[in-house]
Amino acid sequence: MEDFIETFLNLDIARQASPILIQGFIQTLLLAAMTVPLGLGAGIVLAVLSTRRNPWLRYPLMAFVDFFRAIPPLVLLIFLYAGLPFAGLDLGAWGAVALGFLLNTGAYYAEILRAGIESVPRGQPEAARALGLRPWQVWVFVVLPQAVRNVLPDLISNTLEVVKLTSIASVVALPELLFQARQAQSVTYNATPIMVAALAYFLLLWPCVRLLSRLENKQIAGKR
Amino acid sequence: MTGWEKFAFSFLNPQVAADYTPKIIEGLGLTILLAACIIATGLVAGLVLATIRALGIRPLNWLIIFTVDVFRALPPLVIIVLIYFGLPNAGIDFSGFGATWLALSLVLMAFAEEIYWAGICAVPAGQWEASRALGLRFLPTLFRIVLPQAIRIAIPPLVNRTIAITKGTALGSVVAVAEILGAAQSAMAFSGNPTPLTLGAIAYIILFLPVVFAGRWIETKFAWKR
Repeated sequence: MEDFIETFLNLDIARQASPILIQGFIQTLLLAAMTVPLGLGAGIVLAVLSTRRNPWLRYPLMAFVDFFRAIPPLVLLIFLYAGLPFAGLDLGAWGAVALGFLLNTGAYYAEILRAGIESVPRGQPEAARALGLRPWQVWVFVVLPQAVRNVLPDLISNTLEVVKLTSIASVVALPELLFQARQAQSVTYNATPIMVAALAYFLLLWPCVRLLSRLENKQIAGKR
Repeated sequence: MTGWEKFAFSFLNPQVAADYTPKIIEGLGLTILLAACIIATGLVAGLVLATIRALGIRPLNWLIIFTVDVFRALPPLVIIVLIYFGLPNAGIDFSGFGATWLALSLVLMAFAEEIYWAGICAVPAGQWEASRALGLRFLPTLFRIVLPQAIRIAIPPLVNRTIAITKGTALGSVVAVAEILGAAQSAMAFSGNPTPLTLGAIAYIILFLPVVFAGRWIETKFAWKR
């Protein structure tokens, strides 16, 4: 037991590693603050466009969304970070992460929002148009608020996944929480920094998991 | 060279593709094996936890809920890194394959437990009462009346979650598993050409695009009919 505490919950090492772990945690928060709005924005644009009747728009968009849902995000990230420089396009770690998350999480948000938009009765936009609202007003004030409310648990769940996914940025040497924890672990040859990082992720995301669990239970109770 | 020729030489190089396709196919086999192991253990462990939770033993339920929360909140890559790089410090060695399998099985277990449990809660109370009134004991009621209905309700979300988690097998490349991405990255390092990455992306598309379509089909087929 003492050995276990020595290697996994060593307070001395936790204290030594804390400055770079805090830096990493801030980078993780910045990453999340960048990737969630990017993905959500791309998702809204894709979802709204894919409701158009025009088959030249609709089917390519569906293919686009399915393609990026089928590719694991890490594969996409490695392709952008390590592959594209061969074509003379070097995005850097932040650029590759931003573009990768835009494509991957954009596709997931688009699929969720599309389901939400389809769940809004057709009479709603028709009535809004008949009352004289402009097309953009119909989307912003009538359709999207109802669509978002209908798929709120899925949206929160996906957002949780996106924040967790920022940890793959460590693979392209972006100094976020997991990357810094591994640096500290390899210097000290002690697993405490990784345990501290795991604890930080858990404390950051636990409220979100609890909220989600509540919402899902409510949704099921409502279906009965 | 024109721009297109340069692009084709880098990403669609037939010579490099011919040399490394066998490696990528080996990687594909390993990805499928890893995914199958994860699905088998994760789904079964999740069902076991949900069944124990249905027994309604308070302290045990708190423990289950906490475990599930932990593995829903932690990023899979953090768990893999902890098992592969952390546990050896305590004298427990895992291969890259073993670490990826264990980590993703735990994550799938947590999500699956939550979904099965939601399914069990969604079975109308009248089913329990009618079954007990007909003289079935608690356990036969649970296993023969409630669980079959709960699992049917759970299938669509379970399929989607399983697909999402098996795509995490690509994370194994971080701990030196030669699955598709790992094989593609080492082939890229050997050949100095990113064509193997293109091959790897194609392999993932071949593997997962049908699964994405199947998931959509199952969603409509098993939709909760009212």
